[in-house]
Amino acid sequence: MKATNISDPSYFHKVVDCQWACPAHTPVPDYIRLIAEERYTEAYMLNWDSNVFPGILGRTCDRPCEPACRRVRTEEKPVAICRLKRVAADHKGDISPFMPRVPTKKNGKRICLMGAGPASLAVARDLLPFGYEIDMFDRDPAGGGMMRSQIPAFRLPADVLEEEVDLIVDMGVNATYGYEITSMKDMLAMDYDAYFVGTGAPRGRDLDLPGRQEVDEHISIGIDWLGSVAFGHTHSISGKVIVMGGGNTAMDCCRTSKRLGAESVTVVVRSAFEVMKASDWEKEDAMSEGIPIVNNRPPKEFIHENGKLKGIVFECVKPVDDGSGRLRYVPTGEPDVYMECDHVLMAIGQENHCPWIERDIGLEFDKWDCPVLDEVTFQSTHPKVFFGGDSAFGPENIIWASAHAHQAAISIHLLCQGKDLKEDRPPAGVNLISQKMGVHQWSYDAEHDASQRFIVPHANKRKALDNIKIEVELGFDARLGLKEAQRCLNCDVQTVFTENLCIECDACVDICPMDCITFTENAEEPDLRAMLMAPADNAEQDLYVSEDLPTGRVMVKDEDVCLHCGLCAERCPTNAWDMQKSVIHTPQLGSYAEQG
Amino acid sequence: MTFVAKPRVHHPQLPLNDLGLTRRDYEGSVSTLCAGCGHDSVSAAIVQACAQLSLPPHRFAKVSGIGCSSKTPSYFLSHSHGFNSVHGRMPSVATGSNLANRDLYCIGVSGDGDSASIGIGQFAHIVRRRINMLYIVDNNGTYGLTKGQFSATNDKGSTSKKGVPNLYAPIDLVSMALQIGATFVARSFSGDKRQLVPLIQAGLKHEGFAFIDVISPCVAFNNHNGSTKSYDYVRGNTGNVIEADFVTPGVEITADYEPGTIEDVAMPDGSTLRLRKLDEQYDPRDRVQALSHVQRAAEEGEVVTGLLYVDPDASDCHEILGTPSTPLNALDESVLCPGSDALERVNASLR
Repeated sequence: MKATNISDPSYFHKVVDCQWACPAHTPVPDYIRLIAEERYTEAYMLNWDSNVFPGILGRTCDRPCEPACRRVRTEEKPVAICRLKRVAADHKGDISPFMPRVPTKKNGKRICLMGAGPASLAVARDLLPFGYEIDMFDRDPAGGGMMRSQIPAFRLPADVLEEEVDLIVDMGVNATYGYEITSMKDMLAMDYDAYFVGTGAPRGRDLDLPGRQEVDEHISIGIDWLGSVAFGHTHSISGKVIVMGGGNTAMDCCRTSKRLGAESVTVVVRSAFEVMKASDWEKEDAMSEGIPIVNNRPPKEFIHENGKLKGIVFECVKPVDDGSGRLRYVPTGEPDVYMECDHVLMAIGQENHCPWIERDIGLEFDKWDCPVLDEVTFQSTHPKVFFGGDSAFGPENIIWASAHAHQAAISIHLLCQGKDLKEDRPPAGVNLISQKMGVHQWSYDAEHDASQRFIVPHANKRKALDNIKIEVELGFDARLGLKEAQRCLNCDVQTVFTENLCIECDACVDICPMDCITFTENAEEPDLRAMLMAPADNAEQDLYVSEDLPTGRVMVKDEDVCLHCGLCAERCPTNAWDMQKSVIHTPQLGSYAEQG
Repeated sequence: MTFVAKPRVHHPQLPLNDLGLTRRDYEGSVSTLCAGCGHDSVSAAIVQACAQLSLPPHRFAKVSGIGCSSKTPSYFLSHSHGFNSVHGRMPSVATGSNLANRDLYCIGVSGDGDSASIGIGQFAHIVRRRINMLYIVDNNGTYGLTKGQFSATNDKGSTSKKGVPNLYAPIDLVSMALQIGATFVARSFSGDKRQLVPLIQAGLKHEGFAFIDVISPCVAFNNHNGSTKSYDYVRGNTGNVIEADFVTPGVEITADYEPGTIEDVAMPDGSTLRLRKLDEQYDPRDRVQALSHVQRAAEEGEVVTGLLYVDPDASDCHEILGTPSTPLNALDESVLCPGSDALERVNASLR
């Protein structure tokens, strides 16, 4: 293998699995260390800088970071990254001294944001400090988009939502609520310097089955129904409720129904339990509230009598793994199942949908009716129009909206400066900073904490089910937060090897608790992976290979299960190993890391 | 000193041996020796060797004297018995331990000061008495604990850290062991576990006195230009005569050796010591040839390593003394004091 180029910003970034997996590349170990130091405000701001909505995401994020966490591979359960984010948000102090300054004298460029959801808000946050004038339009009576309309209050309390939405709006966004956009042509006629479409995926899918039209008034589209609950138009639901669908919207629908007085609630999913789109913890929470989830039951027909819904007939299928990686469903031969119900909530997916964009203005859509976008710049085929969040590539989590917004904001900034959106884009970078403080002293807590993942406390179930506004998950208190923070392996403190200092004494090989390090003859990667102290079977994790050493061998380190405990550097007599913190610079307009 | 404790967690795919243990179960506490010390590599090699052989990690007697080397039994096999004895007196303790309980694997770790200076008399006699043990000398040619004086194994002309040459010719423990009658003599280098681990395995399985002189650089006081016991010097001046590989019973031998250069030696427990001769002329069963080869190479400044001599039919002191196969410490009173009738018979036989 060729020697590893550690100055490539992506090399060490990949080692920080959580940060690499995060769409917004939030520097996770960095803020966890701040929490461990009880510097909650700084931890919050580090998050706010990167993902814009720490308090909201600390409760609602899809957590792509957690399955990626190295602790999954070294033991079993990841660090509770998402809940630690919430610890930072819950315990933060006054953040006003850290807020970016917004110039009173504007730069003369006007930007139009369509939709007041997370994507638009994040674009506003990135652009405001540069003197842009930002006008934001939304059809709802308040900002927040789907974070307000689709996430129930028992998961995301209104004050948490409002605080983080207001934080941005109060930076100087000219927000116009209750404004239904009906024509892109009209918007373009207002002659803004750039437009950002962040209108989400507002159309819930429907199911055209026999009987569907006849019982229309007993069937609601999940996200619309959640929205009407959120805005206070719906206060109750009665009788037997069936929620169809297996995603997080379905989980929110069933748990909301339970709280609004449904006699019984059942979730029916056409696919198997394991492949349901809902996050594991959402499924667990629904089931612990006594809501049954019935799987492998595709619906066939709505049964009605005199215009009143009586129930639904479901087919019985079972999943078959045909080796293609996707499950196929075949009938089991059992008789169809009839389930009584009075109300159906349809949560079987949603789409981005922009009927208000005329198709003759040079803005192209693909065959799935999604806008044609540049994946780097988020620019549409109309040079002034950018997309982000769910309206760009379809429904995703909030964290993706933040990530899209950072890129779109860079593009808008470049466009307004007359620069090239691709060639003039700021590059990614990496800085390596030694953590050595003295003999055997490191500026991070290198010791491995063997604790199991801590369990988060929940509100009293009976009380929680009585009131939709009572938050179910209580979050870690400071004490549990500190304990959970200790579990982080500090994967951003890298083991950096300097060939010409190494005397090949083997001290690092002998001390490494995870058998990551081997000195061996070089070979091609597949062979090399089998030649190491412990087999390097996880091909997704890189091998760190040195230049040739005096004995003709190379140092090979398998990054897979390294604990970043620093023992290799501790036992190295010549400092050929050093523990160096990798600071990844992800291009982002106005980020602390990129200023100056 | 290292202050970070070694985490207990280990690689999820770390292989299990026949006892269901990983290599980590054979470790000791974290070393307090200087970072980069060759002795730590020797300890790691012992850990690897014992784990690979699936030896029960609590059935060892670890004995040592005084010195950096003699601290190392703390750093391997922490579930075993250990005795850190007086300077140069490890052989006495090893002898006593082995006489009392012949069932324990006995590993003695000593240094060049402990064995070639203060303890040279004891060293000579334990070789002669053929105690069934593995005697390892961590040989760094310097008194590291007292900050770097030349030891008795330091080569003439080799310099101190400040450039002062050593005026005396060295004591070669390998030659001594060969001459006094050790039945397993090897030399190795702490920086070459590929050679050292099989040698330790073979030494543990050898029934008789097995001696390995391990050149083990002292990073603090004897790893400079001018030293003949530095990592660089040993790597540049090593001549391996015999490559040993240890094959446990029932394992098919598939290694691709050059034909005609392989020699298999049957070990008492049914395992095989596979020797690959790198020098056609060299016969590892010829003690006199081994002795002259080692000495000639030393004249030329070459460090000969590998398994230099082995007598597969060796006997140990228990055989010489005719002791029972049950360890002496396991004999109960009825066996040890068979009564006055037995005494009468013994007395009668002597009349």
